[in-house]
Order: sequence, then structure tokens, then C-alpha cells
Amino acid sequence: MSKLTIDHVSKVFEKNHGEVTIALDDISLEIEDKEFVCFVGPSGCGKTTLLRIIAGLDTATSGEVRLMDMPIRGPDPKRGMVFQEYSLFPWRTVQDNITFGLEMRGVPKADQKTTADTYLNMVGLAQFRGAYPYELSGGMRQRVAIARALANEPDVLLMDEPFGALDAQTRNAMQRELLEIWEETQKTILFVTHSVDEAVFLADLIVILSPRPGRICDIIRVDLARPRERTSPEFAGVRRYVLGLMNSCQLSQ
Amino acid sequence: MDAKRTHTLRNRLLPVLSITAVVIIWQLVAQFIVQNRNLLPSFTDVLGAFLVLLESGRLAFDFGTSLMHFGIGVGAALLIGIPLGMAMGWFRDMNTAANPIIEILRPIPPLAWIPFAIIWFGLTPVAAGFIVFVGAFFPVLVNTYSGFKGVPKLFVEAARVLGCTSPTRLIRYVALPAAMPSIAAGIRIAMGVGWMCLVAAELFVGGRYGLGRQLWVSYSLQQMSNVVVYMLLLGILGLAIDVLFRRYVDGKLLKWRTGEVV
Repeated sequence: MSKLTIDHVSKVFEKNHGEVTIALDDISLEIEDKEFVCFVGPSGCGKTTLLRIIAGLDTATSGEVRLMDMPIRGPDPKRGMVFQEYSLFPWRTVQDNITFGLEMRGVPKADQKTTADTYLNMVGLAQFRGAYPYELSGGMRQRVAIARALANEPDVLLMDEPFGALDAQTRNAMQRELLEIWEETQKTILFVTHSVDEAVFLADLIVILSPRPGRICDIIRVDLARPRERTSPEFAGVRRYVLGLMNSCQLSQ
Repeated sequence: MDAKRTHTLRNRLLPVLSITAVVIIWQLVAQFIVQNRNLLPSFTDVLGAFLVLLESGRLAFDFGTSLMHFGIGVGAALLIGIPLGMAMGWFRDMNTAANPIIEILRPIPPLAWIPFAIIWFGLTPVAAGFIVFVGAFFPVLVNTYSGFKGVPKLFVEAARVLGCTSPTRLIRYVALPAAMPSIAAGIRIAMGVGWMCLVAAELFVGGRYGLGRQLWVSYSLQQMSNVVVYMLLLGILGLAIDVLFRRYVDGKLLKWRTGEVV
């Protein structure tokens, strides 16, 4: 069980000359265990900030986030994160990147290796265990980043536009793989994206955020059966609906 | 394929040719134009002097003594420079406090420290090592500092999310490896500067052995061929240290940056 509660979270950034920007304004949301939630919205709507607050990398100006009724106070291996840019440690091999979190927890070497094997196989990179990140393509690097986050066995996986820098084909393949991993590991996933297509393909729940101040504009449950067909009329229907909501959100600002 | 082979052959052959040409010109100029051993010893004069020195068996001691002076200086520079640079790069207050002192001391030429080196340490290897230290210290410090300052925030955050949260662990597991290329470059510069300080240090601090020391003694005795021998040995040894260090760093410490030179 890993119910995540976002409870009246606001975030205000203060600039040097006293100006304030309201990045997030009174966000409240309950996320059930094993749910795949996508946050969509234009850039500057605070979706990354929200994810960073849940990760514990930023603190909310007011309100709080709770994971199984425990308030989040700082970064914790219980919440794994996959970043937008390449965040692998370039001085560590693929395997050593994956075992980093285990090493920090003092897990014995042999167990580290077993866990690394599991996740290397899951992301299909077993033969690259000894490679350094510079030897990998963008898609492979993000696969390792996912494996690294999962190896810590987090309750929640936070993903901040993880496929944003990939070409369209790689991106589609990664989305399919991510869904397989999600079904296999039964994690709760919070996924930030600005691509409606990506959100409709992946999510159980799409949370639409409006820009400045970031507010929840609408929440849509996507009931399409998986695997979803991007070209199907139902898919197109949901996508059109979400895009329409996003437009009216921006207009009402 | 064939063109490539000719290319590598050329790359090997040309340096040999150019060195041979310089040696021949040197020999001809010294022997037929200058005709004065004190003004310009010829290549064969120098070669002869080298063989005599080699036979006397003292070169090994000169090598050893110089390496000791160098080792003391560079060793101390690493021991103090790296931790201090790390602290200044990681903790802002540390930098604010230490930076003014460093900016005042840094422009003082290492050789200006010779009087105090002798007063503090006497005419000992430590005094010579101290001069090398002054030359080597600042490049190590400055490069370690900038390496630590430039650690990408993303790596630190990724590590924190994975459970690496205490400052000492972040330094050990993230900042230090991330800053390693910069630190290695600093060490390389430091060894170059330290090597240059070595000769001057040995001139003043004295002792029986040392390449710089013997260079000066040979000059006093007007053995200019020996002076050239020691000059060349200093050059070759300096080059060897640099090449060995680079090999070690590229092969061991910075394997993950293949293709880049420190």
C-alpha cells in the first residue's frame, strides 16, 4: 500500500527584487496505490516543481505531501526519481549506477549483483552491464536510469519528462516498455509530460495543470484498455478531449 | 588501409628525422663555427660527458635526490591542496574566508620563499621540497576548488534521491569523482610548475646531490658539457613524469572519459 496524498500544496518563488511567482497554488490530490498518473500542462505550470516537492528535493511553501500518512520531509529512497536530463553518474558503469542506491544502504555485494541482474534484464541491457554511460544511446541511458530508480525498490516512481529528449520512435518504444515494467513491478508512477499523446497512451489518470499560478484544472480518468492503439478512434477521441480541456484552461486564465 | 599505414609510418619517421637533423646541425655549428667548448659544447662532447657521469655512478643519486625533493613538495601540495580545495568548493563560507588569503599569497613567486625556506628548514631536502610545494600548491588548490564548484546539481540530486544524503557521502561518492578530471588537470600543471621550481630550490639549498645542484656545480667548474647533460636529463625526466601520470590517469581514474586528454 502506498497511498500518496497531496494536501493543499502551494509553492511561491521569491525573486531577488521582492517579486513573487506563484508556481503552485493550493494543489490537493489523492493518488491510489499502483496507479499511473500523468501530469500535463504547458511549460511553466509548475508540474516539475510539484514532482520535486514529492521527491523531497524542494519544500512546499504551505501544505504537505504524505506517503502512507507519513509527511515527506526530504529525499528518501522510498520515492525513486527519473530525471529529464541524463542523470547517470558518468564515472560509474551501468551496473554500478544501478547498484548505487543499494551501496548507500549497505546491501551486501552479492545481493547488489542479484538485484542489478534483475533490473538489467527487465530493461534489456544485461549485455551492457560493464559499459560506461557515454557508450550508450539516449534511450539506453534512460532505461538505466529507470533500472537505477527501481533497484531501490521505491513505493512511488517519479518521472520528470524522462523521454522528452528522445526521438519519436525511441520514445514510443520506451513508453511501451515502461508500461510492461509498471505491470511487472506494480509501482505507483507519477509521470510529468507536456505531450498529451504520451499521457493518453500511458495514464490511468491525467491531471491537467494550468499555468501561473499552477492549479489543477481538471482530472480525467482514461478507461481505454491496454495496450492502447495510438491510431484508434477511441484514442483520438480521448486526446481531442484532453487537448480541448487544456485550451479552455488556458483561456480561462 | 595502405594510405593509413604510410601515414603512421610518416608520423613515426618525421620526429626521428627532425631530431637527427637538429643534432647534426648542433654538432656542425659547435665543431666548425663556434669552436669553443665553453660557449657551446658539441653533441659528441655532451655524449662523452654523459658516459663519464654514467660510469661514475653518481647520476642515480642525483636522480634520487631530485625525485625526493620533488616528491616532498608535490606530496605536500596534494595533501593540503586537495582537501582545502574540496572544502572551499563545497562550503561557501569556507571559500569566503579562505579566498582573500589565497589571493594575497598566490602571486608571490615560489622563489621568493627561498629565504624563509632556508630559515625554517635549514639547508635540508625539506627546504627544497618546500619551494616545490609553493609552486605546486596553488594549481592543485585552484583546480580542485573549481572542480568541486562545478559539480552538476543534477548528479547531487540524483544521489540524494537514491539515499546518499549526508555531506561526507555526497562528497565521497558524487563530488570527488565528478571533480576528478579537473583535479587531475590541476595535478598535472602542479607537477610542471614544481619541476621548474626544483632547479632553483636545489641551487640555493645545496646538498651533495640533485640534478639542479649538479648543474650549478658543473657551471662553477666550467664543465659546460656536464651542464648540458643535466639540462637534458631534467627535460627528459620532466617529460617522463608527465607521460606516466597521464597514462595512469587516463587508464585508471578517468576511463569513463575515453578519448579526452587531461
